[in-house]
Amino acid sequence: MTTLHPPAAAAPQPAPPPTRRDRRSWAGWGFLAPFVIVFALVFLAPIAYSLYLSLFRDRLIGGTTFVGLDNYAAALQDENFWASLGRVSLFLCVQVPVMLGIALLVALALDSGRLYGKSFFRISIFLPYAVPAVVATLMWGFMYGTRFGLVGDIDDAFGLSLPDPLSPGLVLASIGNIVTWEFVGYNMLIFYSALRVIPQSLYEAAEIDGAGQIRVITAIKLPAIRGALVIATIFSVIGSFQLFNEPSVLQKLAPNAITTDYTPNFYTYSLSFSGQQQNYSATVALVMGVITMVIAYVVQLRGMRKGA
Amino acid sequence: MTVTTTDASSGTASRRTPLVRTAPRLRSARRRPEAGRPRRSVLLTVLTALVLLYSLVPLLWLVISATKTQEGLSRSSGLWFDGDFALWDNITQTFTYHDGVFTRWLLNTVLYVVVGAGGATFLAVLGGYALAKFAFPGRRAVFAVVIGAVAVPGTALAVPTFLMFSNLGLTNTPWAVIIPSLISPFGLYLMWVFAGEAIPVELLEAARMDGASELRVFFQVALPLLAPGIVTVSLFTMVATWNNYFLPLIMIKDPDWYPLTLGLNSWNAQAATAGGQPVFHLVITGSLITIVPLIAAFLLLQKYWQSGLAAGSVKE
Repeated sequence: MTTLHPPAAAAPQPAPPPTRRDRRSWAGWGFLAPFVIVFALVFLAPIAYSLYLSLFRDRLIGGTTFVGLDNYAAALQDENFWASLGRVSLFLCVQVPVMLGIALLVALALDSGRLYGKSFFRISIFLPYAVPAVVATLMWGFMYGTRFGLVGDIDDAFGLSLPDPLSPGLVLASIGNIVTWEFVGYNMLIFYSALRVIPQSLYEAAEIDGAGQIRVITAIKLPAIRGALVIATIFSVIGSFQLFNEPSVLQKLAPNAITTDYTPNFYTYSLSFSGQQQNYSATVALVMGVITMVIAYVVQLRGMRKGA
Repeated sequence: MTVTTTDASSGTASRRTPLVRTAPRLRSARRRPEAGRPRRSVLLTVLTALVLLYSLVPLLWLVISATKTQEGLSRSSGLWFDGDFALWDNITQTFTYHDGVFTRWLLNTVLYVVVGAGGATFLAVLGGYALAKFAFPGRRAVFAVVIGAVAVPGTALAVPTFLMFSNLGLTNTPWAVIIPSLISPFGLYLMWVFAGEAIPVELLEAARMDGASELRVFFQVALPLLAPGIVTVSLFTMVATWNNYFLPLIMIKDPDWYPLTLGLNSWNAQAATAGGQPVFHLVITGSLITIVPLIAAFLLLQKYWQSGLAAGSVKE
């Protein structure tokens, strides 16, 4: 079966390895070494340093002391942390299905061959991916505003008074809209690429069986791209838990709606750069990292098991 | 635009006839026979057009707003032009405001992209080639660690990376942005898959028989075959670096080393503070200038990255 593998699940099978292993095994390491060295410096070392930091606490009096797992205990009882985690979880449960659903529908429409101007659709819907999160947020933030945005225009044109998208009650949905706008096309392209490589023979078989369009989608297309669906979900889960850029930029436009502990990342950022609590910040970040990995892993297990 | 008939859908077929792969794979190959093509549907086109509108209207708003003066922005409707067409004036102002600091930010961004994204692509190509074409001890372990690291939230690393770099005296220098940009796990994965498919082992063996060194085999035999994959990885690392916000936000305090994203955000923040000069028209025009190069790159190179991305999803 042709699918997009989730990288963590199964390393792709490369071409048959060369038969002689002596001299060349070192050549292989030679090519890989630059990546590995930089990777160790910017990924492994910070994780190790984080673990180390999380075991200490910096006090005004007495300096830095070893506190064991105290920081972890504090993080698990930290209401701000749980509130921010709840916020991104809600975000995850609503925004990710909406975004992936739209992306899947568009990908299926493109793949059906029934659209006029297919390439134009494909490239145009993908374009927002090239827009930096900062610019996307500024743009949407202005459009949300009543001053020179679109919400004000719509109000004027129809004599409405729409609720303010930047009010505390709606700002999370507004952020969800920005993120959906940025990534719908990217996910669409992943699904579309996976749909393109379904073997023609499967469709021919379905045609002989007299299967309709819907049946072809549920029985052939969706199972065939399950790998792509799972990997897109995992990336979206990770993205949701890491939410930072959009709330951080939008905060300038909606200072009352977005607090400095709005998302877990925003919270760790504020702790270490405004609060000078680097040890505790490292702890919260690690706890969040573990939660993210666990959930990504669960998604992957469930996604791969179903009917496989 | 050329559409080759290279069989992108079947790895086995191309392994039998490896030389087909020497031509860069353009677009995705036509899979369906022309005769059995379904009829086009107006209804489906209209429904998909709704998503298209959703994607393009904000960009249209940005283009239109960039033609307005600060006063025009609040005076006129968001989706139509104001009386004065101030685009050229806005562009001039954007580049000259505050002694041309925007130009500086633009050059900084280019520096971060060329060295950071370029370096990331180079490391990913070398590493992907090694993983795909060499058997060496620890290969799978390396891959597992790298892919596992993708799940670690970037910001979980940011604070300790900042403290580490601060101890090394690297913060507030371009290196603080460039060094972390050099690693692209996604790029490594894509290059591994791509190199596995695009480079026939026989070709490497033949070059080695002729006495070529491993470096020479890589540069003269492997590298040309990897071109579409390299374009794809460079585009995606370029987007990541060009759009980077969080990393420079924590690493760079000196506005002289800001990339465009941080600079635009600081202009926006300046407008929001009491007594600050509101320069929303410059924020908007600057935003437009920021996205034009990337959109141009994606549009011009689409035949390459779309086939490269397709290859990433073609695994059996």
